[in-house]
Amino acid sequence: MSDTTNQLLDNLNALAAGLFLLTAFGIVAMRQVRGCLNLFIAQSLLLAASAALLGLRHHSEHLYGVAVVNLISKPVIVPWLLRKTSPAEIYTRREIDQVLNIPTALLIALSLTILAYFLGIPLLNAVAPQFRGPNVPIGIAGLLLGAFTLTVRREALPLLIGLLVMENGSFLAGISISRNLPLLVELAIATDGLVIVFIMGVLTRAVQKQIGTTAVGELSNLKETAGPPARETAT
Amino acid sequence: MFNHILFNLIQVLVVMAFAPLASGVLSRLKEIVQSKRGPSIFQPYRDLWKWFHKDEIVSEDSSWIFRFTPYIVFVTPIFVALLIPVLTKYPLFFAFMGDMIGGGFVLALGGFFATLAAVDTANPYGPMGASRTRMVGFLAEPVFMIVFFTVSFVAGSTIPYIVQEKWVTPLANFFMPSHVLLVLAFLMLILAEGGRIPVDNPSGHFELAMIDESKSLEYSGRGMALMKWGGYMKMFVLLCIFLNVLVTPWGLAGGQTLGAVLLAIPKVLLKIFCFLLVLVVIESSLSKLRLFRIAEFLGAAFITSVAAMIAEVFFP
Repeated sequence: MSDTTNQLLDNLNALAAGLFLLTAFGIVAMRQVRGCLNLFIAQSLLLAASAALLGLRHHSEHLYGVAVVNLISKPVIVPWLLRKTSPAEIYTRREIDQVLNIPTALLIALSLTILAYFLGIPLLNAVAPQFRGPNVPIGIAGLLLGAFTLTVRREALPLLIGLLVMENGSFLAGISISRNLPLLVELAIATDGLVIVFIMGVLTRAVQKQIGTTAVGELSNLKETAGPPARETAT
Repeated sequence: MFNHILFNLIQVLVVMAFAPLASGVLSRLKEIVQSKRGPSIFQPYRDLWKWFHKDEIVSEDSSWIFRFTPYIVFVTPIFVALLIPVLTKYPLFFAFMGDMIGGGFVLALGGFFATLAAVDTANPYGPMGASRTRMVGFLAEPVFMIVFFTVSFVAGSTIPYIVQEKWVTPLANFFMPSHVLLVLAFLMLILAEGGRIPVDNPSGHFELAMIDESKSLEYSGRGMALMKWGGYMKMFVLLCIFLNVLVTPWGLAGGQTLGAVLLAIPKVLLKIFCFLLVLVVIESSLSKLRLFRIAEFLGAAFITSVAAMIAEVFFP
């Protein structure tokens, strides 16, 4: 392929990675549960796009496989599974609270991203020059931002999405440095992810049945009071 | 040389003449989306005509700032129109006077005086709107800085004529993550600075909820006309910077002849119309944010611009 096409593909891949980073920020800051889920779907689509573009760039069928598996499992099956397992009430929740206020959370997320760049750039020196895209640092940033989402969120579904963002991030980093990731591994990880989603969804339903809410952040109060939990309005 | 002065004047005339039209088209499109018929797209011209022919009432407790401000608000966008590429690809006669940062300062001057004038009359709603505008302004300021910083980092210059070349040569540059993220951040800035819907409701008539509009509540007659016209032109100039420098630097006149420059006018207007369609979609699908949510909106813009900067600084 010609140089200009390669440059275009590189730029498009970098663009997908940049927007991936943006969706990760959005998941940290979004107030609505449904908005979080939509952003996650967008992020998975961007991940698939990045994999497809890298496959086109490096002529690798394995990356096409990764793209297809991602395209099917995350944007389609994960929301479907969540809808089947977790209570419907969760989607109508609008104002979910966070441990930190949103500007603070965003600024911390930003510093985590810069940290990810400082961690990711030295790693890039280990790989061949044509694989030095922004995928590795942005993937690490996705990993860190997912972990950060896990810490600041107090609602079950965004917590789960934080977990999935971590997985997305590690994939984004992985596809750029290993062209020949066997499809079997990818399939196994995707299945694993789906099982996690399934279990978490069922768990969320159980939690909602027990305490009448999915704001799991409030659960930390349970161990301190001896009496019955504050919001015992199970439906 | 003479040509360039002429083109520069044409540029200013285009901004003056078509700015109210852009505003009229935007409000008409919004009304159509809301299943109403809406006023004619020429309504802003009629309003301006009406205001120019009405008596002006000035509070006797107000100072010179109040009388002076409409002229500043009216003139500052014209100054900026001299600096930026409205119609041509090449710098014109007055373009040496300032770069994008200079243009930003000149625009900010108009906003500054409008704020002072709103406080000046001691109308209860004026200072409230003024302080809210300042709040939006100072939250938007870091985003502006990061955007300009990144632009100058990418293009090696803050002169708009150099920047616009950079994004499309080669075309692959258009898809650089820093470019797209900058465009997103700047779009949010335009929404905030222009008082568009997620931040402010430009067609609202409820004084307590006003942000931008309440600054001109005390004006009447010619002062009102100048304030409004200045507001239209400010929006138009911002759109020109956004479209001609950052997003779509195509369709500008490359030739030195008068015909080429005149031919660029419909192309630029077409670009602005396309952007107005996008703006209508944004404004019709979002609701106005609560006042303290504006910090989150502009925080998101800040994050976007910093992401653009990171993407650029680490991967040149």
